[in-house]
Amino acid sequence: MGEIEKDTLGNYDGGSNGDGKNLSTQEITLNMGPQHPATHGVLRLVLELDGETVTKCTPYVGYLHRGVEKLGENRTYLSALPLTDRLDYISSMANNVGYVNAVEKLFGIEAPERAKYIRTMMAEMTRISSHIIWVATHALDIGAMTVFLYSFREREWLLDLFEMACGARLTVSYPRIGGVRNDISQHFLDSLYEFVKEFPRRISEYETLIDQNRIWLKRTKGIGVISAKEAINWGLTGATLRGSGVNYDVRKAFPYEVYDKMEFDVPLGTEGDVYDRYRCRMEELRQSNRIIKQCIEQMPTGPILAPDAAKFVLPPKENLFRNMEPLIHHFVLLTKGPLTAPAGEIYCGSEVPKGELGFYIVSDGTGKPYRMRVRAPSFVHASVLPRLCEGGLLADVIANIGTIDIVLGECDR
Amino acid sequence: MEPLQIAEKIKEAFPEEVADVSQFRDQVSAHLRKDRILDICRYLHDAPEMDFDYLVDLCGVDYLGKKTPRFEVVYHLYSMAQKHFIRLRAQVPEEDPAVSSVVAVWKGADWHERECFDMMGIRFEGHPDLRRILLPEDWVGYPLRKDYPVQGYSGEDDWSGYREVVEKSKKLKEFEWGK
Repeated sequence: MGEIEKDTLGNYDGGSNGDGKNLSTQEITLNMGPQHPATHGVLRLVLELDGETVTKCTPYVGYLHRGVEKLGENRTYLSALPLTDRLDYISSMANNVGYVNAVEKLFGIEAPERAKYIRTMMAEMTRISSHIIWVATHALDIGAMTVFLYSFREREWLLDLFEMACGARLTVSYPRIGGVRNDISQHFLDSLYEFVKEFPRRISEYETLIDQNRIWLKRTKGIGVISAKEAINWGLTGATLRGSGVNYDVRKAFPYEVYDKMEFDVPLGTEGDVYDRYRCRMEELRQSNRIIKQCIEQMPTGPILAPDAAKFVLPPKENLFRNMEPLIHHFVLLTKGPLTAPAGEIYCGSEVPKGELGFYIVSDGTGKPYRMRVRAPSFVHASVLPRLCEGGLLADVIANIGTIDIVLGECDR
Repeated sequence: MEPLQIAEKIKEAFPEEVADVSQFRDQVSAHLRKDRILDICRYLHDAPEMDFDYLVDLCGVDYLGKKTPRFEVVYHLYSMAQKHFIRLRAQVPEEDPAVSSVVAVWKGADWHERECFDMMGIRFEGHPDLRRILLPEDWVGYPLRKDYPVQGYSGEDDWSGYREVVEKSKKLKEFEWGK
């Protein structure tokens, strides 16, 4: 065997005889993101690689930090609502519902039945629109491009329905403390029913594209495995947790809105790998569809705002110009906030598409929350990335980022 | 188990540590002294009748001028098997804002504690990697403290960090171009 040659950096180049026996390896550090199409936002990972194996993964978050918690402390309960739109911006309606639920619980008021049905329906529509974005981008990251085009077709349909209901497509701010902003029309319900009838067929369409696809299976089965016990210990929630077979769904554990009247199953995985989490989310699409259908069928008539909601909801704009009282009311609501806040603290969780979104609100009796803590599922899920990635291959990092379903707007707040 | 019962049990196991138990809208908080918080958490996690395997949330609250001790670290716990829920509020004094880390009990506490350190300046002793998380590492101050300014210049009662910057910029004026 000849003498081993060194290159200019002092590394062994593998020997001159080319048999690879003297090949030496060197760990390299790879920076991924914050601008990377597969990180679903501005997530930055610093990966230490031994060949293609990830030995260490350090996530850096905070690039999208806007101080939502601090802002919430300085706004009235009413005007903190639009902040929640901008947490997980692809499922803003579900965030709104979670927030108004927490505030209603704090104030001890209850929305009327019709409003609750509308909010449940909207939250489930959001779940569908969020999950189809998830399947689109997740499949795109792993290399199945077609699903993206198919699922954006349905998302567009849903966004049109949101627009029909409340005039906004993305950042809706539609629910109000004690009800919803405006009533929905029969035309809206009919259009939504069309969607509900058609959608199960579309889900099957996505599944034909990837469910049995050999590349998809190779890329997802046995990747990013986490056991049930460990998943709970890490604080995972939503489909990310249920893929490991843990039956925990806030809609079942702490029913809010009208989920206790709805018939739906909680799909569970068994292996806790990327594939099982994918299956869970696909099943959830069907269950959400079922819930929407029940909501439309059972939709009661009646008011959409609680009788005591006048303390929280701005008076109609046209009244402002004619009468003095609504004007005063409007002014006080926006500057001081509702004056009947009880002193206390409340934690209220809700099942948003990503997992458990919790609001912990401490009230000191003024019209603004003293402390508004947002327990963001994406933040917790991002923290588990090192656990999932270390020891795996570099390509699987992409699959793991996709499977935990994070949105950085929510992670960074 | 009912939340009040859980609070009673904690009181039985750690009579010195529980300062108070409060209830608001069917949610119960156990107010704790901070010294043995790790033991209490370990007990709540390990005892079979408690079995709090899921740390829902961990955050800090600043009660500046409202209460002493000034800070509280709030833990929300849930048990998947027993299906019960409890809130712990550990009191942390202003002079030495430090509390034991519970990462050894729940791994999910890791980033929550880092965030709490980042935003409130509460140190978690025994944390494996206590760094700022959402803010840049050279950030000065702790934004979620109540004495941190929300908006710009306000004269006398300015935030000390801002005053320092202003004074420093005045000092550096002599090095400006064209002088």
